Amino acid sequence: MQIVSVSFLLFAALLLIAYYLIPRKGQWLLLLAASYLFYLWAGVEYLAFILFTTLTTYGATMLMDRNLRKQAGFLAENKESLTREQRKSYKAGVKKTNRVFLVLCLVMNFTILGLCKACLVDPLRTAAGSGTFSFLTLGLPLGISFYMFQSMGYVVDVYRETAKAERNPLKIALFVSFFPQLVQGPISKFGQLAPQLYAPHPFDGRQVSFGLQRMLWGYFKKLVIADRIAAAVIALRAPEYTGVSFLVLTVFYAVQIYGDFTGGIDVTVGLAQALGITMPENFIRPYFSKNIAEYWRRWHISLGEWMKDYIFYPISVSQPMLKLSKSARKKLGNFGKRLPVYVASVATWFVTGIWHGLTPNFVVWGMLNCFVIVVSEELSPLYERFHNRFHLKEKRWYGGFEILRMFLLMNLIRACDLFPHVGNYFVRLGSLFTTFNFHILWDGTLMKLGLTGLDYGILAGGCALMLAVSLVQEKKGNVRELLQGSTALRYCLIFLLLVIVLLMGSYGIGYNASSFIYTGF
Amino acid sequence: MEKLLEILNELHPEVDFETEERLIDDKILDSFDIVTIVAEIDAEYDVAIPAEELIPENFNSAKALWALVERLMEE
Repeated sequence: MQIVSVSFLLFAALLLIAYYLIPRKGQWLLLLAASYLFYLWAGVEYLAFILFTTLTTYGATMLMDRNLRKQAGFLAENKESLTREQRKSYKAGVKKTNRVFLVLCLVMNFTILGLCKACLVDPLRTAAGSGTFSFLTLGLPLGISFYMFQSMGYVVDVYRETAKAERNPLKIALFVSFFPQLVQGPISKFGQLAPQLYAPHPFDGRQVSFGLQRMLWGYFKKLVIADRIAAAVIALRAPEYTGVSFLVLTVFYAVQIYGDFTGGIDVTVGLAQALGITMPENFIRPYFSKNIAEYWRRWHISLGEWMKDYIFYPISVSQPMLKLSKSARKKLGNFGKRLPVYVASVATWFVTGIWHGLTPNFVVWGMLNCFVIVVSEELSPLYERFHNRFHLKEKRWYGGFEILRMFLLMNLIRACDLFPHVGNYFVRLGSLFTTFNFHILWDGTLMKLGLTGLDYGILAGGCALMLAVSLVQEKKGNVRELLQGSTALRYCLIFLLLVIVLLMGSYGIGYNASSFIYTGF
Repeated sequence: MEKLLEILNELHPEVDFETEERLIDDKILDSFDIVTIVAEIDAEYDVAIPAEELIPENFNSAKALWALVERLMEE
């Protein structure tokens, strides 16, 4: 069952009705049953994967919890007799034992994830770019990258004692499998999501209504925009499209992935909201960013936070890195001070790259991001002097220029996703400096990409609407809140959006609405 | 505490660290700044701040950061 299907809508509707009719104490159990039903629908053969992660997560956290409780008891009993050093040494012993459980759990799970990504992704199929955009529909167990990262984050939190271990295995099973986020995240933190999953939720008409409206907006972005433009993105990957055509591809792909990923997240967050559960926001209008650091604070936030908490920080503040910092600052001055940060950044972006896929293009994609971040950081004093010299930060046009510059730069880097044979990507990139075929913009080339004039019209209107909504959100906040004052206008807009989705959604023979780009990662 | 303020001021001279209490929430300090501060504290006070302590509550103000350093020194 895919979240863009009639069966999913029926499933969600029945769940919502049952959820608010049954005694509230049982709501979380209903969510668990619904999550497993959703998962089984994707394929019975994948059940073993999610069960394995659930059981190892539960087992490792229970073993660590037992040791921590034993430690608390021992320290309380011997409060008077133990010296500070003895207490420290006892704690270190417990930490060491728990580290064994942590490492075992992480190694087992990430080995499985790695094997799945290596064996179940068919690179040739990806490279071929078949008519149904096979890049998007890979044979990975549903949501494995998302539920595994979320679960492993929880295991690390218990090890760090920043989360309390949950002793009910069924509750852990729900945390791992909560179905709205199985498709493409967001990757939630245990402390933020779990208490909400287990808590009773009385019916709140406003929340349910807001949630459903957000789902509708998500379907609009996915069906009317992303799936419509997908055909042109596939066509433009052909070798003959170089120079300006490649630039067009990067912009089209930016539109597709934005509609696809943020649309899917809107459906997820909206459904969760209708169930009374607030999920973390995964996007804050990323295309308005003025520099790369800001972009990554606004795009796929939950993955960035995960990488920061569990990869970047542990590496950059580890003892070897602190030693490196001390010795490098003597030899290299200020650059030496920042060296550990850069080493940790390379590691983080390498992992972020392979999280997306084990093909070389994703590693290159990660390294390109890292390169731009490091160069921006090193050049920031220079930028600042330049900005101050010409008072650029006070000028409105300069803000617009920075946004456009960042949009185009990120488009160029992101296009690496589309070329598993990374040489093909660099050939296209190089063609920007050798092929100045601007005529493709008006000589009819764009009409040969599988899109009609009507499609381009709908896309232009759809993008304008997304931009307008984003501008309102940026300046004034939540659009649904703003529309609360006018019931008639609100219902007219909802009805209009529904009609647009039904009439202008990209359906048809051979169309596979099920695929979300990030479901394949 | 004075040395800590020196470290922070060197990193961001434009910020009033004695009064600012939303250094992380208002995105005044980013992850690169935090790691730099951790390295400086390690060099200055010989206190290693572990990754699990790198949370907004500990870095939102110079006061909170100093409390963390003192706690880790005592441990």
